[in-house]
Formats: sequence, C-alpha cells, structure tokens
Amino acid sequence: MSIIRIPTPLRQYAGGNASIDVNGGTVGEALGDLTTQYPDLRNHLYDGDQLRSFVNIYLNQEDIRYLDGADTALQGNETLLIVPSIAGG
Amino acid sequence: MLQAVQIQPVSFDNLPEFQPDSVEAQVGNTPLLNLRKLADAAGIAPTVDVYAKAEWFNPSGSVKDRPALNIIRSAETLGLLRPGMTLLDSTSGNMGIAYAMLGAARGYKVALALPANASAERIAILRSYGAELVLTDPLEGSDGAIIEARRLAGENPDYFYARQYDNPANWLAHYHTTAPEIWRQTEGRVTHFVAGLGTSGTFTGTTRRLRAFNPGIEAISMQPDSLFNGLEGLKHMPTALKPGIYDEFSADENIEVRTEDAYQMALRMAREAGLFVGVSSAANVVAAFAVAQRLDDGVVVTVLPDNGFKYLSDRFWKQ
Repeated sequence: MSIIRIPTPLRQYAGGNASIDVNGGTVGEALGDLTTQYPDLRNHLYDGDQLRSFVNIYLNQEDIRYLDGADTALQGNETLLIVPSIAGG
Repeated sequence: MLQAVQIQPVSFDNLPEFQPDSVEAQVGNTPLLNLRKLADAAGIAPTVDVYAKAEWFNPSGSVKDRPALNIIRSAETLGLLRPGMTLLDSTSGNMGIAYAMLGAARGYKVALALPANASAERIAILRSYGAELVLTDPLEGSDGAIIEARRLAGENPDYFYARQYDNPANWLAHYHTTAPEIWRQTEGRVTHFVAGLGTSGTFTGTTRRLRAFNPGIEAISMQPDSLFNGLEGLKHMPTALKPGIYDEFSADENIEVRTEDAYQMALRMAREAGLFVGVSSAANVVAAFAVAQRLDDGVVVTVLPDNGFKYLSDRFWKQ
C-alpha cells in the first residue's frame, strides 16, 4: 500500500482527503487506482491517457518524469505527491 | 490583533522623486507592442488592433516592479518601513524578485514565504539578491505561503508586512503608471483592456484609471479555467483565498483560459513573432485575441507580465 498526497485544490474531488491509500506496482498503476477510487479526479489529472503537461508527480522528491515515468516501480510503501503549479502574485 | 496598523493609500503626487540614474527610476514606461502578425494569423480583422505592454522591460524583469515600488514608497512615506527593517510578504515568485531587487537597492532586508515548488530559476534569482526564503508546503500552493507569511508577521512585529494581496498601493501603482501609459501610447484609442487576475492589482488599478479617462472602455478579466492549472501567477478566484483588493464587480466580462492553450500561444509567440514570454503573458494574449475576434473595429490592450526565462524548465517549450 502506497500513499498519494493530494494538493488542496483537488481534495474536494477526493472525498476531502489530504492523502489516499493506493495499490499498484508502478506509479501509473497507483494513479489508476486513485482515479478508480475517485473518478472525479481523472479530468483534472489526465488529458486522454496522458498526464496533463502541468501535473507533476513526485516520488521521494524526484519528478517521475526524470525516473521511469508511469513505469517507475513502487515497493508498496512510498509516498507520492501531486504537485500543482503556483497561483497568484 | 495582527496588522492593527491599516495600510492607507498615499497620494502619488506626494511621493519623492528618484534620481534618474537609479534602478528605481527605470520602473515603468514599458513599450507597447503591436501584435499585428499574430492577430492576422488568428483571423482578427485588420480594423482591430491588439497591443501588449512588454513588462519584462522593468528592471527586475516583470510587471511586479510597479506594485513593489509603490508599496515600498508608500510604506516609507507612512513611516511603516524605515532603514534597516525587514520587508515580509508571500509570493509566487515575481513579486518576491521585485521586492528583493528594490530592498537591496534601498537598504532593506527581504523575507519571503514562497511555495517550495517555485521554479529553481526563481529560487536562485531570489537568493542571488540576498532574500531570506521560507519555503512552504508545495501541496498548499500560494495560499499556504500567504498563511505562513501571516504567521511570520505575528511572530515578528518589527517586520513590515507588505501584504501585496490587500495593500492598496498595489493597485494604485497601476492606476498611476500602467493606465496613463496605455492611454498615452494608444493616443486615447484604447477600447478594451484585458488582464489576468493574480493579486488582481494590474486589472483593478488599470481598469479604474482607464474608465476615468473614458467610461466606455470595456474591461475583461482572465482566469484559469480550472482550480487545478498550470498558469503560474494567476488565481482561480472562486476557489482561492480572495485578495482584499479584488473587486469582482469591476469586470464587464471574465474569460477563462486553458493551460494547454496558453502553452500553445507561448510557443507561437516565440516562434512566429520573436516574443519569448511567460505563461501568464501567453494566457493574456489568448484572452485578448478571443475579445478581438468578436470585434469589427477597436483597440484591445493587454499586458505581458514577464518573459520566458523563468519558465525554461517547463516541459512545453520542448514540443
């Protein structure tokens, strides 16, 4: 079981939760489990099958795009972050 | 009670002049660029002009030099900011860079609450100017930085807490500089003003003054289409901490822009017009073109808050 931490603006689509327990052997599978549990998140994170270009997923302080992307392996005890870009001022 | 001292508007006429060879004197008076070539490609009638203020010509590289300078000058005039003091605020980047530059030039320390996911370029620029940074939880976004700045202000009553989101000197900077420049540079022909909402200072201040020149001018605000977006520096007002200076009734219309459309416009502007701009600049042009496409004649003016250098690590440039 890994944990995905949800940024403030998306919590309303994740049952108000700040973090969600997910299953999956890769980052892609973990995100798939997240959007299966909370389908309303899907349009905010994905454009078709691709993560929207401004959606950044971090595993242990590393952007997954600099690891193996959606294929990045998970041991099952990691914390993933969905990091938004920065608003206003 | 936090901030018992209310920050009052200061008459612009009473502020001291700067030496003409100082960095402060270089703020404002930016070029107004004609976007004709891009407008033609977007199918905009030849009788409709679209112009944009090139705000990266300001000395720290963004529109934020205007409000930062006016906030500092106003606070100096009110005696709230004195030599050796620390200026504190929250920022997503550009305002912090403007404060850091002006603080260094005028002898103030600058402390900033900034989300930790601010781009590496921004953090490096801020540290180069000597600003003290308190990095906040990236998941809380710029609202998390605002809350941290409030906490720091409570703990450090000797700091000057500049409160860009609530300080009238923010929008007044645009009332006294941006709007008269647009009026003069278009020779009074401007019919529509379009600007994105961050603190809302640019939109609010410029709109109020342009309407004083000509009450018929239409003002169109722009926001991201979604609460979760990639338009750095802009706010989705329905879901964000609302700035105290935000006047939701001042816009004739609000246009929403998708992040992906702004990215495409940034690429087109760089490659088809030689204009290497930031993402919020591109989003403003998307909105300005949407307005211009509906017109038979008119002069639409928008703002390009900064150029592209601070966004080089964004992946869309590699498309």
